[in-house]
Amino acid sequence: MATIPTTASGIAAAIASKQITAREVIDSYLAQITARESDIHAFNLVTADAARAHADAIDADIAAGRPIGPLAGVPIAYKDNMCTHGIETTCSSKILEGWKPPYDATVVSRLRDAGAIMVGKTNLDEFAMGSSTENSAFGPTRNPLDTSRVPGGSSGGSAAAVAAGFAPVSLGSDTGGSIRQPAALCGVVGVKPTYGLVSRYGLCAYASSLDQIGPFATTVADAALITEAIAGHDAMDSTSIPQPAPALVASVSQGVAGMRIGRVTDLPAGAEPEVIARLTEAFAALEAAGATIVDITLPSLSYALTAYYLIAPAEASSNLARYDGVRYGLRVNAVDTNSMYGATRAAGFGDEVKRRIMLGTYALSAGYYDAYYGKALKVRRLIAEDFERAYAQVDVILTPTSPVVAFPFGDKVDDPMAMYLCDIYTIPTNLAGHPAMSVPFGTGAHGMPVGIQVLAPALGEAPMFRVGGALENAAGGVK
Amino acid sequence: MSPSGTPISAADVAKVARLARLDIDEASVVHFTEQLAKVMGHFSDIDALDLSDVGPMTQPFPLVNVLREDVEQPCLDTDEVLDAAPSSDQRRFRVPPIIGLDD
Repeated sequence: MATIPTTASGIAAAIASKQITAREVIDSYLAQITARESDIHAFNLVTADAARAHADAIDADIAAGRPIGPLAGVPIAYKDNMCTHGIETTCSSKILEGWKPPYDATVVSRLRDAGAIMVGKTNLDEFAMGSSTENSAFGPTRNPLDTSRVPGGSSGGSAAAVAAGFAPVSLGSDTGGSIRQPAALCGVVGVKPTYGLVSRYGLCAYASSLDQIGPFATTVADAALITEAIAGHDAMDSTSIPQPAPALVASVSQGVAGMRIGRVTDLPAGAEPEVIARLTEAFAALEAAGATIVDITLPSLSYALTAYYLIAPAEASSNLARYDGVRYGLRVNAVDTNSMYGATRAAGFGDEVKRRIMLGTYALSAGYYDAYYGKALKVRRLIAEDFERAYAQVDVILTPTSPVVAFPFGDKVDDPMAMYLCDIYTIPTNLAGHPAMSVPFGTGAHGMPVGIQVLAPALGEAPMFRVGGALENAAGGVK
Repeated sequence: MSPSGTPISAADVAKVARLARLDIDEASVVHFTEQLAKVMGHFSDIDALDLSDVGPMTQPFPLVNVLREDVEQPCLDTDEVLDAAPSSDQRRFRVPPIIGLDD
């Protein structure tokens, strides 16, 4: 048996050219899951039997000479807030435990059509609210590089699944950094595409003006490949940009000669010294590769955290009103509907979800709307205008992804504000609706990985992937 | 005068929980009040900003009305949807009485 490639592109090519079978690939990944999943807990559900059956069907197609998809046989894991028809989708919440959606998310059906094989549904902070995956109702995910530390969040299961070799690629969702931050903490690549580039149909909504789906991968090229596969207009999502998917894989190897890279001189403080050291090295590497470093300022950036933690909970308080014990999920019986709602939601939601629902309800309530939510929306515009001015001078901006490397369990779980500060560098992108990615770039404290974040203007995925590819090369190339 | 300098009180939290249809006991009210006050305290950083000339931004890009031809399309399977509900009856979602028995 030939060696199983570790990248999605390598697997697809090897299967299409009959060097290996889809069954050999899936068996190899499922064996890795069997070996380490009990230590990691990346998954809420492993769909091993269905994955083997799908692989066998692909092998039968190849044997019969029938056409196969461009990702035929590539194992993939989905964050458990993406609907999978007939397969349990929980958002890592007791309120949805056991729910089997009656339809597939668009990203899931697109990847299945391309031949990708689902290996399972990954763990997350309940309803994607958190930065450590400790808020899962089904127990935390552990960082594969050091199981005493968190994998980041909220897409911690999807990041850990790729870092542990349970799948070459996975999907997460990013509302304030929930793809990029766990990618950084687990040492993998994570991409948040432009708002509207990827359909959210079938993604359980958290904050609808911020949510976006994107990939995790071990290489920048794989991340580009999966972004291409899931991007493009979808009539089922009214915020979907009415354009076809862009070509992105070719950008990864184009180099950065002549590009202008923004260095934020008024970056909010708080990053660990090793993280800042890696950022300095990243600038030097891009300069050596032919890019020009340009100093810029983003004066409103330090207010982004406040704007985000008012806007996202406000939208969440509205979106999560649907979990009321009527149409799906948990119901706690009571004498009338109002009592049933209150009892069901009290029993079904965890503390962080309750905190954000209350925060959002408060920010939207009579007498406080203008002071909190209204003000936050204005700050959001200031941040977008800061970026607009910056992108008149530069092609992309480089920052750390996370101020800190992966931290031990329990470190921040009782201090919501400390946890929220993990997102200080990732949040501004979501407020603006821009794309951003995290690329592993060396290590920081305790030998844990550091991620460098590449930010680009709306639909600037191509320059973003150029810089991502150059950073990957500078960090030692594709491993 | 912005009310955002006023710390959130236990009464605020109890009221907000009621508005959000979340039953919480008194111990939780105390706990959440403490945590939310700390978070809201951080939010006072935007009080210093002069935002009088800034328009609100609700979406990354302007929302446009999305229309399509009014043609029949397949929809979700009713039985499958009802099977996922906590309770159904006569092909409808079944809920407890809507008029409260105690108020």
